[in-house]
Amino acid sequence: MKTSSPSTYREAAVAGIDSAQLQKSLQGLQNRFGKGAMELWAGMADQEMRDRVKESRMKTFEHLDIVLAELAKNVRARGGQVHFAVTAQDAVNYTLAVAKKNEVKRVVKGKSMTSMEVDIDPALEQEGIEVVETDLGEYIIQLAGDRPSHIIAPCIHLNRNQIGRLFTDKLGIDFTEDPPTLTMAARKALREKLLTADMGLTGCNLACAETGMISLVSNEGNIRMATTMPRVVVALMGMERVVATMAEHRETLQLLTRGAALQKLSTYVSFLGGPASKDDPDGPREFHLVIIDNGRSRILADPEFREVLACIRCGACLNICPVYGKIGGHAYNSPYCGPIGAVVTPLLDGINKHADLCKGETLCGACKDICPVKNDLPRMLSALRHKLAYGSDRWNTRQHNPAEARAFRVWRLLVTRPFLYRTLIGLGRIVQRPFIGKEGTIRKMAGIAAGWTAGRDLPPVARRTFHQLWKEKYAGNRPTAPTIETPEEK
Amino acid sequence: MAGKTVSLFIQCLVDTMFPQVGEAMVAVFDRLGVPLAYPAGQTCCGQPAWNSGYRREAAAAARHFIEVFEGAEVIVCPSGSCVHMVRHHYPELFEDDPAMAAKARAVAANTFEFTQYLVDVLGVTDTESRFSGSVTYHDSCHLSRGLGIAMQPRTLLGNVRGLKLIEMRDSDTCCGFGGTFSVNYPEISTAMVDEKIENILATGADGVVGCDISCLMNIEGRLTRRGEKVKVLHIAEILAGLRGGDQ
Repeated sequence: MKTSSPSTYREAAVAGIDSAQLQKSLQGLQNRFGKGAMELWAGMADQEMRDRVKESRMKTFEHLDIVLAELAKNVRARGGQVHFAVTAQDAVNYTLAVAKKNEVKRVVKGKSMTSMEVDIDPALEQEGIEVVETDLGEYIIQLAGDRPSHIIAPCIHLNRNQIGRLFTDKLGIDFTEDPPTLTMAARKALREKLLTADMGLTGCNLACAETGMISLVSNEGNIRMATTMPRVVVALMGMERVVATMAEHRETLQLLTRGAALQKLSTYVSFLGGPASKDDPDGPREFHLVIIDNGRSRILADPEFREVLACIRCGACLNICPVYGKIGGHAYNSPYCGPIGAVVTPLLDGINKHADLCKGETLCGACKDICPVKNDLPRMLSALRHKLAYGSDRWNTRQHNPAEARAFRVWRLLVTRPFLYRTLIGLGRIVQRPFIGKEGTIRKMAGIAAGWTAGRDLPPVARRTFHQLWKEKYAGNRPTAPTIETPEEK
Repeated sequence: MAGKTVSLFIQCLVDTMFPQVGEAMVAVFDRLGVPLAYPAGQTCCGQPAWNSGYRREAAAAARHFIEVFEGAEVIVCPSGSCVHMVRHHYPELFEDDPAMAAKARAVAANTFEFTQYLVDVLGVTDTESRFSGSVTYHDSCHLSRGLGIAMQPRTLLGNVRGLKLIEMRDSDTCCGFGGTFSVNYPEISTAMVDEKIENILATGADGVVGCDISCLMNIEGRLTRRGEKVKVLHIAEILAGLRGGDQ
């Protein structure tokens, strides 16, 4: 997986927080789409649909091999070619081979996170093949040499002024901040690319095993052009994108467009299932479906994390997460950002490598509420932290922070021995004295607590704990608590 | 009002840094005539270890908690996140130990958050409290999303004489505390609490009220650092009438 920026989560987070413009964009995004999705779910007449889709997703995973075989069979029956890629490199190699065989000079892309995950663009470019993103947001990102910062709205971190300057620089148009004018300039440039491309390269929103068709949603029509104009089309699909039946497909798609953009249906839904034929003359001469594992089997095999494969990549969790809402997408240093990225990136690309993603949330639970398939992301973040706490052979994970682990072992001694615990509180009361300021609070501390006092005051240990106050003021004339008599308390 | 003896489960932060909140809870229960007990062996519910992934250590704390509280008629705590820990995570911690799991489930089912116990169990919606001033209410995450408790505190506040409740924007957005998150990622945490504070200030209320002292400690710590005058109060303090707006 491409992880281009060397900056750590915290550093990139600070950069995001310090950008007034990003803050404004994120606030606008979350106010509209986050709140909008919550209202949409609350007002949906069919309140069981989300549970039903989740159930069908999980049921499909129980026999994913059979469902994928059915999909492959039905795509092949229509003359399409199917390749199962075990790794990202495998997917890249296959796509390159298809491009070379067909003497492809120019590739037009439909928006695809999976293509970023396998990092296909540099491999194509190294072979002298021009790669052009055709989703407006992704096109802007490509022109700017930047990285997407949102799954659905990749250039949410750029404003119209920046985009205007970028277009002046890269497309040679007069400077304007007018969105329609900018869009028309991009449209003109992209049309030329779309009309002359040799290969279309897309992702896959959903694949239906029953029909042998994959479906792609867009609001710009770029995917329709990118999959019908070029001679060759390659679709990259994470192996969990599949649904078994058309009925399941219909409901899953409805949740996807609602979660992503509050739409009952996107402007375009393209169904692809093979090359052009006598009955269906529009379309490419070759159609390839690349079904990618790249670590998904390991997730599938672990009951603790299997649920994350049910994600339909709508990005709704980004639109409500209070952490994403402050730091933006770049801090996650992954094609998958926000709460879903914080869970799926470590699972696909290494838990130790992405430890900050596992630990850098408050577990507030907003992502779980907004998720169209009710994925329990906080539960999985907690499970990831569990792997980091002790290490895990299954996940090739080593203990992340031995000092923290030692601290918690000491903490364990204290909280299971009331006498020791009470003694330490008494000690804390003495140790804190030099740190207490005039206002009666602690304004500066060292070590781990420095993180707290950098921006906040800390109240000191009280003169009398409740434990002491109870004994002195309240315990008399009350029924005795039925409690264990620990040796320390006797 | 007699009935079951309430065993007070005093969150560690309340015990050590905000004992007045525990005292306020005692005052409210005394006024209602609810018999009280305080199991002296209690320490911490184990939430910090759980949130950081240290499940063995969390299980040790949970085991201790269960030993201390398993004889209790009913357990009541002035903290939503601690109750959430006991109710939802204790049974998970002992999945591989059926005997402990049964005890954990029993304790879980018997543990209530303060306002939940007052409203849902005792049926008390008016504590005959007085407060002079306006407040806004912060929905803490584990309380509102985890336990589904949002109306109970509002109902109680609504019946406090002299108290004006002004709702803030995004009252259920996380304040940025998140346990060790607040010290490991202070910049993100502070940015989040700053937004919470902007929403509090925008109400013009004299104070902000909540049911979780950890969130309130985060909010208060930032408010005082910024030099803001808004008061921070645990709901028990309001219901006890121990601290007033301009009293």
